[in-house]
Amino acid sequence: MNAQLQAAGSAPAVAAKPAGPPLWLLLELTYRCPLHCVFCYNPTDFARTTEELATEDWIRVLREARAMGSVQLGLSGGEPLTRDDLEEIVAEAHRLGFYTNLVTSGVGLNEKRIRALKDAGLDHIQLSFQDSTREMNDFLSSTRTFELKSKVAALIKQHGYPMVLNVVLHRMNIDHVGQILDMAERMNADYVELANTQYYGWAWHNREQLLPSRAQAENAERVTAEFRKRVGERIRVYFVVPDYFEKRPKPCMNGLGSIFLTVTPDGTALPCHAARMLPGMQFPNVREASVEWIWRESPAFNRFRGDDWMKEPCRSCPEKTKDFGGCRCQAYLMTGDPTNADPVCEFSPHHHLVTEAVARAEQPRVVEKVLTFRDARTSRSLLERSSG
Amino acid sequence: MSDIDSTTKPTIGKGYRLQWEPAQNAHVLLYPEGMIRLNVSAGEILKRCDGERTLGDIVSDLERTFETSDIKDDITAFIAMAVTNKWVELRA
Repeated sequence: MNAQLQAAGSAPAVAAKPAGPPLWLLLELTYRCPLHCVFCYNPTDFARTTEELATEDWIRVLREARAMGSVQLGLSGGEPLTRDDLEEIVAEAHRLGFYTNLVTSGVGLNEKRIRALKDAGLDHIQLSFQDSTREMNDFLSSTRTFELKSKVAALIKQHGYPMVLNVVLHRMNIDHVGQILDMAERMNADYVELANTQYYGWAWHNREQLLPSRAQAENAERVTAEFRKRVGERIRVYFVVPDYFEKRPKPCMNGLGSIFLTVTPDGTALPCHAARMLPGMQFPNVREASVEWIWRESPAFNRFRGDDWMKEPCRSCPEKTKDFGGCRCQAYLMTGDPTNADPVCEFSPHHHLVTEAVARAEQPRVVEKVLTFRDARTSRSLLERSSG
Repeated sequence: MSDIDSTTKPTIGKGYRLQWEPAQNAHVLLYPEGMIRLNVSAGEILKRCDGERTLGDIVSDLERTFETSDIKDDITAFIAMAVTNKWVELRA
């Protein structure tokens, strides 16, 4: 998910207290998913989650967050359509004044449900595709879903929803960007999100096979720019840059605890959907605490606010108010310490870890490691491996 | 935009929603996965874009409400920008 959230103005210094409400609320309603995508950002230990929040818990979260000023709502997962109370949740969110976004694989979105969701007040549907070809789409998701997704795209337009097509890009499909954009045009998408893989969760596990070469990434950007020129304002294309090829880190989440709040299927509240991996953190749970306390007071949400937590080179860097030191999860995954600078930054003493990964991606090679598909059985076996 | 005149009826674009947000003390425009926080003038113009009122109506209403005059060109330019950004659609 990529929030194109244009909040007004930027703060002159990194604010230590939340300047405002959690404008963006993401509810990961479930980890259950009919797809098994190799680049999923869900935690690889998702099988640990057994008990999902009940309908009334989600509704309480919606009311509390809305009262604080949350306004954009993402309903995601897993596949949110696997919950049969989705319509009820959407209806309450709509009544409260949220702009409601359904983030879906399309599996389970039939005529009956799309109508019920419209009646409930759903504002927008983001539909994922894995590729422009049936073969690669079905291979990457380890399902036969391409035909189904194409039908769902037509259904979405037929019912008058704005449609965002989301395609996660990586080594195996990035050369198809031109065809992917043509597909989006044929399907009358209103927006296309070309999201280069962010390496967390299952994507981190499969990074060696997913990271494209620099030439591939540059070519994709060029093709996207040509498409934009041709279609103009008719289709808006967001190209989420592959940060491994950059010299400055992304301003991840606009700084943790600044605008973004995720609630996972078991009720854990996170300042970013990948943050559960961060060590030494006690993330609060909406079963035990109010959204207000979680956002304003909880130690976990205050941990990375301001800049007291920063080390050099971030601490004295004039750009710290712009990029907030980059991504805490990426810093942790690569260096073992979440308070380090994001290694994407060329000033990070660990920047070589990124350039080395990019260099490996330049070499034509035989891939000796098999891709790991996201499913519950593999999740359990990864759990055993890490604990045993 | 030459197709905007005083009889044009602007309305909020499809997929966009205008609403007042007390927490931000501002009107906001919401759209798929995004939000634009509006300043006071933009909010006052857009909340009158209901597909019923003509641009002429909107201009005279604003002139009356804010006791001002000669704002037609500014408002027309704003509407043209809003159309380019898809915030607003025009009805003949």
